[in-house]
Amino acid sequence: MHVNRRSLVKSALGLGVVGAAGFPHIWIKSADRAYAAGGDIKVGVLYSLTGTTAIIETSLNHATLMAIDEINAAGGVNGRKLVPVVEDPESDPATFAQKARKLVLSDRCVSVFGSYTSASRKAVLPVFEKYNNLYWYPTLYEGRECSQNVIYTGAVPNQQQKEFIPWLVKNFGKRFYLIGSNYIYPKEENNVCKILLKQLGGEVVGEEYVPLGHSEFSSVIQKFQDTKPNVIFSTVVGDSVVALHRQYKAAGLDPAKMPMASLTTSEEEIAAMGGEFAAGHFTSAPYFMSYDSPENHKFVEAYQKRWGAGKVTNFVSEPAYFQVHLFAKAASKLGASDLHPAEIRKAAWGETFQAPEGLVKIDGDNSHTYLWPKIGEAQVNGQFKIIQQSAEWVKPLPYWAYQGEVCTPTGMMEKKS
Amino acid sequence: MTDLLNQILTGLSIASILLLVSLGLAIIYGAMGVINLAHGDFLMLGAYAVWLMESVFGLGFLPCLILVFFIVGAVGWLVERTLIRHLYGRPLDTILATWGVGIILQQGIRLGAGAQLRYVKMPDYLVSPIHVFGVDISAYRVLIFAVTIILVAITYLLIFRTGFGIRLRAVMQNAEIARCFGINNARIYSLTFAYGAGLAGLAGALVSPLKSVSPDMGTNYVVDAFLVVVSGGVQSLFGTVASAGIIGEMSGGFAYLWNDTLARALLFFLVVVLIRFRPQGLFAMQLRRG
Repeated sequence: MHVNRRSLVKSALGLGVVGAAGFPHIWIKSADRAYAAGGDIKVGVLYSLTGTTAIIETSLNHATLMAIDEINAAGGVNGRKLVPVVEDPESDPATFAQKARKLVLSDRCVSVFGSYTSASRKAVLPVFEKYNNLYWYPTLYEGRECSQNVIYTGAVPNQQQKEFIPWLVKNFGKRFYLIGSNYIYPKEENNVCKILLKQLGGEVVGEEYVPLGHSEFSSVIQKFQDTKPNVIFSTVVGDSVVALHRQYKAAGLDPAKMPMASLTTSEEEIAAMGGEFAAGHFTSAPYFMSYDSPENHKFVEAYQKRWGAGKVTNFVSEPAYFQVHLFAKAASKLGASDLHPAEIRKAAWGETFQAPEGLVKIDGDNSHTYLWPKIGEAQVNGQFKIIQQSAEWVKPLPYWAYQGEVCTPTGMMEKKS
Repeated sequence: MTDLLNQILTGLSIASILLLVSLGLAIIYGAMGVINLAHGDFLMLGAYAVWLMESVFGLGFLPCLILVFFIVGAVGWLVERTLIRHLYGRPLDTILATWGVGIILQQGIRLGAGAQLRYVKMPDYLVSPIHVFGVDISAYRVLIFAVTIILVAITYLLIFRTGFGIRLRAVMQNAEIARCFGINNARIYSLTFAYGAGLAGLAGALVSPLKSVSPDMGTNYVVDAFLVVVSGGVQSLFGTVASAGIIGEMSGGFAYLWNDTLARALLFFLVVVLIRFRPQGLFAMQLRRG
């Protein structure tokens, strides 16, 4: 056979093409090896340890690391250990995006657990969507999002409000005053509240948003006194929660007649304001530290043993904890060669876990989570007394307030008319 | 009628807090011409001092207030001795330096006391409201109001009725001539700065049971304080009192008519317009700067 230089080049090119197109598993294999490098599985932990939201996000970081340790102590995922790669995004959305890119591209994490604020989640979304990785988000939020690359384990409005609002109407009356901080979350929650109130024949006697960080509530309280609502529905966040509760009591208002019903007041805020200012007000959430279940006793005990006796668990740190277990259960269904983010997402659909709040399940339609809403009454000792809990888990409906908009497994929102 | 009364009292309550947080700044900025951006952080320091004394040493709230005045005053004195005194006559550098001091204080507290919100107890006998003319008002807000009036009175007497006050006013009018008459300018400046810082600390301690305590709490107050002092007229104690009253009543009124978000924006707008047409503020005194 006569071989000249030209035919040699041709056949080499041909082999190359065949190699790339005909045997794609060669390339995928190498990617797989990277996801389970050295038999370990790398996962990202992306919660701020410094900056404005560091307090709450540190508790999420702690809950996540504790869950990872538990999984590893129990033998890991099919014998492979989870290795957390911890980054500090400094409460800054731009830094969130930058650290997310590092975790996905250079550390090759197969999933990342992270974010507290919606702003930081929105900032990392393009990274996870571009590289088709998977983000696990533990915070309750306003809904109206449906990314293919996020698993949402916090409550959406229908889960926190569907039983709460009728309960408030039945026990206190139909006249509601809506007070919130001035940004997207309170506005979306109030949209849902208004729809529910309309169905129940209730009435909104006032709706108001105060600037973030606002601490002078005398005018707001004067309006409470003027309009005399039956319920003050509060989605005020952060420091303002503390100021509002204190000034409410100092002005002589009585929780027995005009309670504040909140979606955002947790054990953390009560510790800062003092139990006597919170007592008698209500919060709706899937988890309270005082909830009586064997899983929760174990969770609280382990948390305090690991991170300090005085530490409190709350309705954000609990999902941050159980979502790691859900991840591990989903990942353990996959073989080494299938271990990549898209497969984990599929495996996670329908996955359940006996969490501190009850048995939770990831919904296959919208990647949000079935949860157990509860109504808690704040006590002088800083804990909640659980007044009522839902009889069954509640399906997450992130587009509940928007008729004709739904979330589908392809991640897209569809208009059904 | 009770509505109107209620509204006026709400305004007064907002005004007294505004005056309380701006009094220290009025002294430092007004008398010394130092633009003290660390003012809010002196305030924060006062709130943390009271938290520490209450929770660690178990002191009562009122004794804490007196101690806080001296503690934060001492911090202010130290800052003046080591830093501010080298920067007199250099207003831009002072802004940068005091801003830096503010950041150091904030991050120091974050490292030392942690970033979480802290709990300062409201004295039990002040939690319940009291009845005045048929309306309920917060007993604690009445305390703030009373303390503010007392502090203004003390400050007035200090400036206009004491030997220290005469020397301070002499230094304000013309530092060089004052020195020729044997007045120790440096000492006057240190004490004035310490007094202003002490007032800021006291203000922080007083608002802490009604609001919340966090390392970055000062940021909002420093803005309010500058708003009051600038629109009242620098170097005018009366101007500061009057402008706190006007701004307090206006922000209460706007917030009642519309909402707090709009009230704040509107207030800023009005102050900007005021400064455009009356840069010296509403009640400026004619004084020469030394």
